[in-house]
Amino acid sequence: MWNWIQRFSSPKYFYEMSAKLIPWFAISAFLVGMYGLYLGLFVAPPDYQQGESYRIIFVHVPAAWMSLFIYMVMAISAAIGLIWQIRLADMVAAASAPIGASFTFLALVTGSLWGKPMWGAYWVWDARLTSELILLFLYFGYMALQSAIDEQRSADKASGLLAIVGVVNIPIIHYSVEWWNTLHQGATVAKFDKPSMHIDMLIPLLLMAVAFQLFYAAVVLARTRNEALYRDRNRRWVRELIEKL
Amino acid sequence: MLEIQSLECVRDDRLLFSDLSFTLAESEVLQIEGANGCGKTSLLRILCGLRLPESGNIMWQGESIQSNREDYYANMVYIGHLPCIKADLTVLENVRALLDTRSLSLNNAVIEVELAKVGLESYEDVPGKALSSGQRRRILLAFVALSKASLWVLDEPLTALDVQGVELMESMIVAHKRAGGSVIFTTHHGMQLDCEMRSVQLGDYAHAELRE
Amino acid sequence: MLKAFYHLLIRDLRLAMRNRHELVNPLIFFVLVVSLFPLAVTPTAEALQAMAPGVIWVSALLAVLLSLDRLFKQDYEDGSLDQLMLSPNPLMMLVFAKVAAHWLLTGLPLVIIAPLLGLFMSLPGEAIAVLVYSLLLGTPVLSLIGAIGVSLTVAVNRGGVLLSLIVLPLYIPILIFGANAVDVAMDGLSVKGQLMFLAAVLALAVSLAPLATAVALRITASR
Repeated sequence: MWNWIQRFSSPKYFYEMSAKLIPWFAISAFLVGMYGLYLGLFVAPPDYQQGESYRIIFVHVPAAWMSLFIYMVMAISAAIGLIWQIRLADMVAAASAPIGASFTFLALVTGSLWGKPMWGAYWVWDARLTSELILLFLYFGYMALQSAIDEQRSADKASGLLAIVGVVNIPIIHYSVEWWNTLHQGATVAKFDKPSMHIDMLIPLLLMAVAFQLFYAAVVLARTRNEALYRDRNRRWVRELIEKL
Repeated sequence: MLEIQSLECVRDDRLLFSDLSFTLAESEVLQIEGANGCGKTSLLRILCGLRLPESGNIMWQGESIQSNREDYYANMVYIGHLPCIKADLTVLENVRALLDTRSLSLNNAVIEVELAKVGLESYEDVPGKALSSGQRRRILLAFVALSKASLWVLDEPLTALDVQGVELMESMIVAHKRAGGSVIFTTHHGMQLDCEMRSVQLGDYAHAELRE
Repeated sequence: MLKAFYHLLIRDLRLAMRNRHELVNPLIFFVLVVSLFPLAVTPTAEALQAMAPGVIWVSALLAVLLSLDRLFKQDYEDGSLDQLMLSPNPLMMLVFAKVAAHWLLTGLPLVIIAPLLGLFMSLPGEAIAVLVYSLLLGTPVLSLIGAIGVSLTVAVNRGGVLLSLIVLPLYIPILIFGANAVDVAMDGLSVKGQLMFLAAVLALAVSLAPLATAVALRITASR
C-alpha cells in the first residue's frame, strides 16, 4: 500500500499522468461553463426584486465556494506533506494558493459589482464580503511566507502549518463576522443571502460550480507540473526531459 | 549506544551525503571530518534531532530518537556555533538557565567549582556582556561538564578559545571518555587528543550523481 | 517538568527586568496611538465615545504585535532556542512559559493602563470596567496566537511586516468581540455573551497554540 502511494506520488509519475488529464478537464470546464452561462444569462427568469442585475451570482457564488474549497485543499495537501513528507502534496498546496486567491478576488470584485445596483455603493461591509476579504488576507499570508523562506522544504512546512492554523480559524472568523454583521446590518442586507432559489436559477448555479471545479482541476494540474519541474530541476528525470527536447 | 543507519542529507536541493552509517558505543570519541560545506554541521544537527534527514534512522539505545526523545535528550548535550549566553544574565545565572531546561538544579557551590575548572573563578556575578567571546565559550564548557550527559555532540568546540582553552577542551574530552562517556565532534583546528579516536570522512559519502 | 516551566518563566522575566526601558515602549506606543485619535477629530464626548472601543482595541492589537519580536528573536540569535528544543521537557510547555512571560510583560501592562485611555476617550465607568475585562481575556490570546506567527517568521530577514500580515487576520475575531463588548456596555446591556466567547477562544488558544508554536519552532530550526 505504501509503495503504491509512493509510486503514484512521485513527481515524475505525476508529470506524465497530468499531461493526459489536463485537456479533459480543460475542455469539459469550457463546455459546462458555456452551458451554465447560457442558462444563467439567457434562460433563467429575472428576479422579481432585482431584475436582471442578480445574474452576477452565477459567477460570484461559485467563486466564493471555490475560494473556501481551495483553501481546504491547500490545507489538507499541506498537512499530508507535513505529516507524511510527500513532496507532491507540498507542490499541490503551493500551486493552489494563487488560484484560490484569484477566486477570492473574483468573488470580491463580483460582489462589489453586485453591490452597486443593489445598494448604490461599490463596497459594503456585509458578512460574506468581509469574510472573503479576510480569506484573501489569509491567502496572502500563506503566499508571503512561502516566498520569504529560501529553503523549499522549510518554506513548505512553515506555510503548511500556517494553512492548517488558518483552517482552524476560518470557522471562528466566519462566525465572528456573521455575528458582527447582524449587529450592524441595514434592511437591504437580508436580500444578499440565499433567497429560496427557483430551480431555473439553481441549475445554472450548480453548473457553474462544477465548471469552476473542472477549471481548478485543469489549472492546478498545470501549475503543479510547473512546480514539479522547477523544484526537481536538478534531478535526473527533469534533466533527461530537457535533453530530449 | 548511538546507531546511524543510511543517513541522507539534502540542503538547498543538493545532496550532501547519503548512505551514511556508523555506530558509537560508550567510551568512544568520533571526529566528523570534511571540507567546508560538506554537511558537518547539518549532520550534527540531524544527530540532535534538530533537523530531519532525507532518509535514514538514528537509534539511541536501540530505539529511534523520534520515539525516544525524552531519554535521548536527557543523556545528550549539544554545543553549536552560537554561544547561547545571555548578555544580561551573570555567568552563574547563565549556567543555571542552561541546566534548568534539562531540569537539573545543582547548588551554587558545585557550579562554582566547575567554573573554577574552566578558568572563570570569581566571575560568577559578572554579566555576560562583560565577557569576551572566549570566556563565553568557557561557560559552555562548564555547562557541558555539569550536564550529566553521556553523549557530547560538539560542533566546532574550539571556536574562540585561546591556547589554554583548547587544552582544557581536549582534556575534558579525554576525561569524559575515560569516565565512560562518548563524544562526537567536528573541528577545523587540529585537536590533539590523548586517547584513541575514530573518524568519519563525510566526503566519502557524497555522490556526484543526480538523484532520481 | 513544572520546575523547568517555572525557571524559564523567571529567566525571561529577569532578562526583561534588566532592560526595563525596553518594556515601556509598547505601553507608550499604546497611549500615543490612542491619543492621536482625539487630535484627528473634533474631540466631543459623543464622537470619542463612539470610536473608543475600536480605537483602544486596535491600538492594543498593534502594541502587542510590535512587542512579539521579543518572544524568540533573542533566543534564536544567540542559540538558546536550540538548547530549549534539546530539552528533555516537552517543548510545548517551555513555549507556554515564554508566552506567559510575554503576556505578563506586555499584555498585562496594557490592561492596567487601559482605564486611563478609557478616560481619554470619554468612556463611562461601566464601559471602562468591561474594557479591562475584555482586554484581560483577549491579550493572552494575542500573545498565544502571536507566538505561532513569530515562530514561523523568526528566521526571516526583516520578518516584521510578514509577521503582521500573518497574525492580524487571526486576531480579527478577538477584536470583533472585544470591541463589541465595550460598545454594548456603554448602552448598559449585558456583555456576558461576548466575554464568554473571549473566554472560549482563550481556552482554545491555550490548548492549541503552544502545540502549533512548538511544531513551528522545530520547522524553523531545521534549516
